[in-house]
Amino acid sequence: MSARARRFVSRLLMGFRRCGCESCPFAPATRTRKLMLFGSPNVGKSAIFNQLTGSYVAVSNYPGTTVEVARGQARVGDTLLEVVDCPGAYSLTPFSEDERVARDMLLDDPPGLLLHVVDAKNLSRALPLTFQLIEAGAPLALDLNIIDEAARAGLSFDPERLSTDLGIPVVATAAANGVGIERLRALVGGDAPAASSFVVEYPEPIESAIARVEELLGAGYGLRPRAVALLLLQRDEGMWERVRQADAQALTDIERIVAETEARYHHPLSYPLAVARQQAADAIAKRAMRSTGRQVRASFAETLGRLAMHPIAGLLILAAVLYFGLYLFVGRLGAGVLVDFLERQVFDRYVTPVATNLVESVLPWPTWSLLFVGEYGLITLGLRYAIAIVLPLVGAFFLMFAVMEDSGYLPRLALLVDRVFKRLGLSGRAVIPIVLGLGCDTMATLVTRVLDTRRQRVIATFLLALAVPCSAQLGVIIGLLSRHPLGMAIWGGVVLGVFLMSGFLAARLLPGEEARFYLEIPPMRWPSLRNVVLKTFARVRWYAAEVIPLFLLASVVIWIGELTHLFRLAVAALRPAVNLIGLPDQAAEAFLFGFFRRDYGAARIFDQVQSSEAVSGVPLVVAMVTITLFVPCIAQFMVMLKERGWRTAVAVAAIILPFAFGVGFLLNLTLTSLGVRI
Amino acid sequence: MPEVELSEAAEELLANLWVMREEGNAACLPLSELETEDRDAAVPELLTAGLAQQESDMLSLTSTGEREASVVVRRERLAERLLVDVLDLRESVATEAACKFEHLLRTGIDDEICTLLGHPKVCPHGSPIPPGECCHAGAREAGKAVSALSDLVPGQGGVIAYLHSGRRQMMQRMLAMGAIPGARIVLVQKFPSYVFRMGERQIAVDRETAQDIYVRLTGGQPVRPPSWFPRPFRGWGRRFRRGRRGQ
Ligand SMILES: Nc1nc2c(ncn2[C@@H]2O[C@H](COP(=O)(O)OP(=O)(O)O)[C@@H](O)[C@H]2O)c(=O)[nH]1
Ligand SMILES: [Zn+2]
Ligand SMILES: [Zn+2]
Repeated sequence: MSARARRFVSRLLMGFRRCGCESCPFAPATRTRKLMLFGSPNVGKSAIFNQLTGSYVAVSNYPGTTVEVARGQARVGDTLLEVVDCPGAYSLTPFSEDERVARDMLLDDPPGLLLHVVDAKNLSRALPLTFQLIEAGAPLALDLNIIDEAARAGLSFDPERLSTDLGIPVVATAAANGVGIERLRALVGGDAPAASSFVVEYPEPIESAIARVEELLGAGYGLRPRAVALLLLQRDEGMWERVRQADAQALTDIERIVAETEARYHHPLSYPLAVARQQAADAIAKRAMRSTGRQVRASFAETLGRLAMHPIAGLLILAAVLYFGLYLFVGRLGAGVLVDFLERQVFDRYVTPVATNLVESVLPWPTWSLLFVGEYGLITLGLRYAIAIVLPLVGAFFLMFAVMEDSGYLPRLALLVDRVFKRLGLSGRAVIPIVLGLGCDTMATLVTRVLDTRRQRVIATFLLALAVPCSAQLGVIIGLLSRHPLGMAIWGGVVLGVFLMSGFLAARLLPGEEARFYLEIPPMRWPSLRNVVLKTFARVRWYAAEVIPLFLLASVVIWIGELTHLFRLAVAALRPAVNLIGLPDQAAEAFLFGFFRRDYGAARIFDQVQSSEAVSGVPLVVAMVTITLFVPCIAQFMVMLKERGWRTAVAVAAIILPFAFGVGFLLNLTLTSLGVRI
Repeated sequence: MPEVELSEAAEELLANLWVMREEGNAACLPLSELETEDRDAAVPELLTAGLAQQESDMLSLTSTGEREASVVVRRERLAERLLVDVLDLRESVATEAACKFEHLLRTGIDDEICTLLGHPKVCPHGSPIPPGECCHAGAREAGKAVSALSDLVPGQGGVIAYLHSGRRQMMQRMLAMGAIPGARIVLVQKFPSYVFRMGERQIAVDRETAQDIYVRLTGGQPVRPPSWFPRPFRGWGRRFRRGRRGQ
């Protein structure tokens, strides 16, 4: 087929799509280009990524959640774009894990085109990063995003003017509504822009230092020498390391020049550099931006956003979120209605009988059929727990979490709890992993990366492992205790008490600097349905990929254990400990299950209670408290090993195991000797 | 309070001895290192005032001298701050001007200047300013020209004058987030965390960080603080308090 014929066919095939032949699979891609999205958090990078590639990425409102780098492909005309969404970065000098990742990506794998995405209404604060990217030398374009909010705030822009001033292409978009995306596509698919000749002039001593350092530098940094020199002057660790390797012979000279320049100032050099950049940015923004002076009345979302930061109203809103989101939505709807339906209707009625018949006819040997459909079978236990009990719960939680994230509520919660969290050795920023831990502690342990000191990461890891129940546990607990308000209150009180106490102690015992708190508070926005759904879907997918194999593995291990009688031995070994805290023998099984995944153990108790009412009253509350505090499951332990190192991971597990039983023992003793009836 | 009026040279010598100690050098100075005029005039002046003592060839501060010296240094560094933050002089010029200026600031006035400047912790060069009584007494009076962000009332704002941070990381972090000298800033709330607004952006920080951001106040009156409550509820708090006070 000729190219024309291909395009014709493609137009026929894709005629119903807005984008026409552009993304058609028939047109040959004559060139590929890497497009990198760069910018500070919450400017809509992920939204742009979605618009360009039409595929999923974690769209998030919380600085730091896009830790994983999203990659996707887009087709514009005959250009195939490999789109990369960098983690949010405020400057080229990294301070956080995210910024380090973003900077390294830029250095190690220079893109064909770099798109700096900014929130248009904050143009003058974003331009300093544009300058740094221009200094870096990659082909660059600027995207004034969220132009709709800027317009509502009475701001109008002159992209042409901005483009001439900066020497790079500029486009205005509102990614959430698809405005300007066609223009953006044309821009990123067209010819790469020429390098800009714009320069920020720094004060004299710095300019001459730059010139002298530039002369000493070799090539091969992925950045222009001017940018390398500037990073060295700002004492950027990563860049010094690179120079130590590439230009070792020049190191002492460079060191001398930098030290001399530093001696001319009374602050770190990043201070005068930042001031110079900001002055240039203000001048440019002033020419390109006009305020029509039209002030719009505060929207409901804004008012809500402000109330969420108020000490009293904020707590009321938090209580409402917990009640409606966690208790009603996750607990009653997820754990009650959904689980009930999937268990009773889907599994008990159809899946289990059908699978049992099928397996037993195909595998007439009981030993083997037990592996699939026995009491601990792959289908009857592993899949059932995963799909009917755990996934609906976790899915409901992730949906709620996505709404909290996308609306901008989480950062407000962070500033609300900062003072309390400081007592625990954490900063308010730690709400993100802690709240996420209410969904899945394993995922949350990964996300502790957003915390900026090792001490905070260790404390958060510890608290997640000890005293943050995951949503499967929460759902089961709400399901079992909702008829016993007193039991629920005792459970909640003890777990919260342990959380605060152990955090307080950990902060006392662990050496290190006090945490500091700073966080950009994005405007409160109505969450976009699309983002919420996409994000929930991606998290559930991650979660399913994580738990289903483990649940299945557990079934196999238990099956082998049954065959070799090891399982019964292990249960017997746990039995004294379980009896000690006042629980009947069967509970030992649930604790053993808990080793595989916390939710697995909780699901087991749920199952037992539903089927036989074996545990109830005080023992039920004690079991729930103990299993909440009980060991981090295997999955979480593996993540702890990987992220914190084996010493921390083993120490955490070694503290928790006796501690959980100790608390259970004391609680049982107290409740029974007080004669509490639940 | 100085019982005797010291000459300019004597004060200078007093401050020098103090700064030497602060910089971690020996607490005493060999007389031979002094200039002749100093040795002839300033040294005897300090000795008779009981501010310094001489052992063989070495000059050192007495405990009274110690106290008096810290007051002199305080005045000097406050003067620097005043010139840089309020009069916006360049730092290099400010040092020299401050030297002259310092002698004009007499005790009593220096506390007023300190208050005016929001009780700064360091001079523009980063050397600590010895705290005076005003700094301890929780004196956070009105009429300041420069103030730590943490001392503003919600709704009050100005232009960032300077950042102070013992922690270089934190300062760089704030710079990267756009809290740069010259930026317009408005405090939105103080509790449970400090929230300030720069343009359309809102940033939350803890108390420690808010204490490190110094703001040159513009305009006398604080802007009306943004109201928390939707229109129908506004003013209830005030009405409620007035009602209670009336009882
Ligand atoms: N009104 C409006 N909201 C947007 C626009 N682009 C993104 N958003 C919202 O801004 C928030 C942050 O966007 P996100 O893509 O996660 O930013 P990222 O952190 O830079 O990836 C989300 O709630 C988006 O729905 C836009 O053009 N207009
Ligand atoms: Zn000084
Ligand atoms: Zn003071």
